[in-house]
Amino acid sequence: MNTQALFGQLLIGLINGSFYALLSLGLAVIFGLLNVINFAHGAQYMMGAFMAYLLLEKLGLGYWWALLVVPLIVGISGVLIERLMLSRLYKLDHLYGLLFTFGLALIIEGIFQQQFGSAGVPYPTPEILQGGQKLDFMYLPNYRAWVIAASAVICFATWFVIERTKLGAYLRAATENPTLVQAFGINVPLMITLTYGAGVALAGLAGVFAAAMNQVAPQMGSSLIIVVFAVVVIGGMGSIMGSILTGFGLGMVEGLTKYFYPEASNTVIFVIMAIVLLIRPQGLFGQR
Amino acid sequence: MKFRMKTLAAAAALAFAGTAHAQISGNVVKIGVLNDMSSLYADLGGQGSVLAAKMAIEDFKAKDKGLTVEVISADHQNKPDVATQIANKWIDAEGVDVIVDVPNSGVALAVNEVVRNKQKVFINSGAASSDLTGAKCSPYTVHWTYDTWMLANGTGKAIVKTGGDTWFFITADYAFGHALERDTSAVVTKNGGKVLGDVKVPLNTQDFSSFLLQAQSSKAKIIGLANAGGDTINSIKQAAEFGIVKGGQNLAGLLVFLSDVHGIGLEKAQGLILTSTFYWDMNDQTRAFAKRFMAQNGGKAPTMVQAGVYAGVLHYLKAVAAVKSDDGKKVVDEMKKLPTDDPLFGKGSVRQDGRVIHNAYLFEVKKPSESKYPYDYYKLRATIPAAEAFRPLNEGGCSFVK
Repeated sequence: MNTQALFGQLLIGLINGSFYALLSLGLAVIFGLLNVINFAHGAQYMMGAFMAYLLLEKLGLGYWWALLVVPLIVGISGVLIERLMLSRLYKLDHLYGLLFTFGLALIIEGIFQQQFGSAGVPYPTPEILQGGQKLDFMYLPNYRAWVIAASAVICFATWFVIERTKLGAYLRAATENPTLVQAFGINVPLMITLTYGAGVALAGLAGVFAAAMNQVAPQMGSSLIIVVFAVVVIGGMGSIMGSILTGFGLGMVEGLTKYFYPEASNTVIFVIMAIVLLIRPQGLFGQR
Repeated sequence: MKFRMKTLAAAAALAFAGTAHAQISGNVVKIGVLNDMSSLYADLGGQGSVLAAKMAIEDFKAKDKGLTVEVISADHQNKPDVATQIANKWIDAEGVDVIVDVPNSGVALAVNEVVRNKQKVFINSGAASSDLTGAKCSPYTVHWTYDTWMLANGTGKAIVKTGGDTWFFITADYAFGHALERDTSAVVTKNGGKVLGDVKVPLNTQDFSSFLLQAQSSKAKIIGLANAGGDTINSIKQAAEFGIVKGGQNLAGLLVFLSDVHGIGLEKAQGLILTSTFYWDMNDQTRAFAKRFMAQNGGKAPTMVQAGVYAGVLHYLKAVAAVKSDDGKKVVDEMKKLPTDDPLFGKGSVRQDGRVIHNAYLFEVKKPSESKYPYDYYKLRATIPAAEAFRPLNEGGCSFVK
């Protein structure tokens, strides 16, 4: 096998990995604090892509505006969902949160399907990111290079906020013992709401990134979300750094599989998940 | 008393209608449109197919001919078990005489067996498998619009003849994709071309970049996309991103619908070569149909599958009127006897094995600068005459073809 092709596949894997990282990061944050497995994450990612499209079509706001505005819109929709509906389920078993968000995902997808059809809509690559670089081993589209860089920065920033700032310390404390943190005068319900909003906003942002690469279609999220769940499980539920590293790493493993044995490329992550669950049930980076 | 009068009147009406059309069960010809209403094939068939069936009834002027025709529809969710259940219920409990459309080869083959057992009529437009008129052929089935053999032959042959003699396939890893690749490879090799390699990709893949990279490094002149729906859309979109067409390689979409091109946009789909048996902007008749259709379909132009539903229903009703019966066998036999003639596909015929024979066309997707009005997407590159477009009768392996 030639090393050039290998490099190419590794780089491509890294790009996909950056999506896994962005999405699993949001999931991990939400699970860590709310103890809710947010099955609507894929639908919210899809919403992000469609919002970018709508901003362009209806208001003429391009890609860079979308990067700013879409996470806000999707985040606010998340805040509303948490306040009006999800918050009523905290007293019940985790399963209810999962079922609720799953139902929500189906409804959101149905609405977009009804509105835009199943073939989806096109979204152009922003002008200055068109074209690509002819590297030794492959042709790298500029847009993909941008996505790797941008998502690495965002992942790092999120990790930094949670692990290295005072706000993050409150968050982590509230995860451990909400009642005690509340007793110190910190508004825990508000924090929970904002966390859900932020996690969902990350999904929306990933949707904007994806809009220029994949087809903006109602099913774009549902096919990705299962893989992302596997990533979170492998990384360790609730571990921030775990989900980032696992996201990038599994993207690369998948990239290699696509080269060596493409038929298995959509199962390899689940095989790894099964093995990890057998050997280390708490996940690679999870704590027991 | 009032009640009894009403009943009597109804009975009399029934008796009267009964003498007029002694052979029509329940005095109603009931058409069931069974397709994907909510998922990846909803745009190419879906509600548009229901509309097409209704337009066919309108144009046939069924009422003037004393026929009562009804249309019902259901979503088969691309699941053979769901489809079988609906088909059984429709025929047993609701008096459905003919099931139409049914995209997705797996589902279509299942419904094919239900209709065969119940001896009703199956007019398929949405499915690709050429087995419907080959190994799995049924005396109750008529297959309109297209099939895998025709796609492979149309696109494959035309491209090799115009210099595209080295191929690499990106293939959906299930029965449909394998069949399409196999058939196209055979055509390519037979016409003097060479297949340099292939990659089998799991169904519903989001990211095709790895596979496109492999196709790129194969240096094949033509990258054949043996996939459908969202897979085709994403592979075309990402091929543009990786500069594949600009780098001198060409994409050949083996199954591309107008709704797919609409979803991709001309910027990224331009230059794509594809085979289709219907395009709305072919002549005055198709344009007139499309205008009516779009007005009732939220501005979306008809796909070839929806056109096939229209033509199929129209031809079915002609046969019913001719034999004055909705008996499955009689009607299908009459459909095969009667030459087909409709505004969308022109003149043609239904062959003994159930295959409908009509022209096919090789199209190229226009550049954005060439497109002057909504849905102005294709330019004609070649016409494949009806006699060459489909698999010869004796090669299909249909059991009742002598």
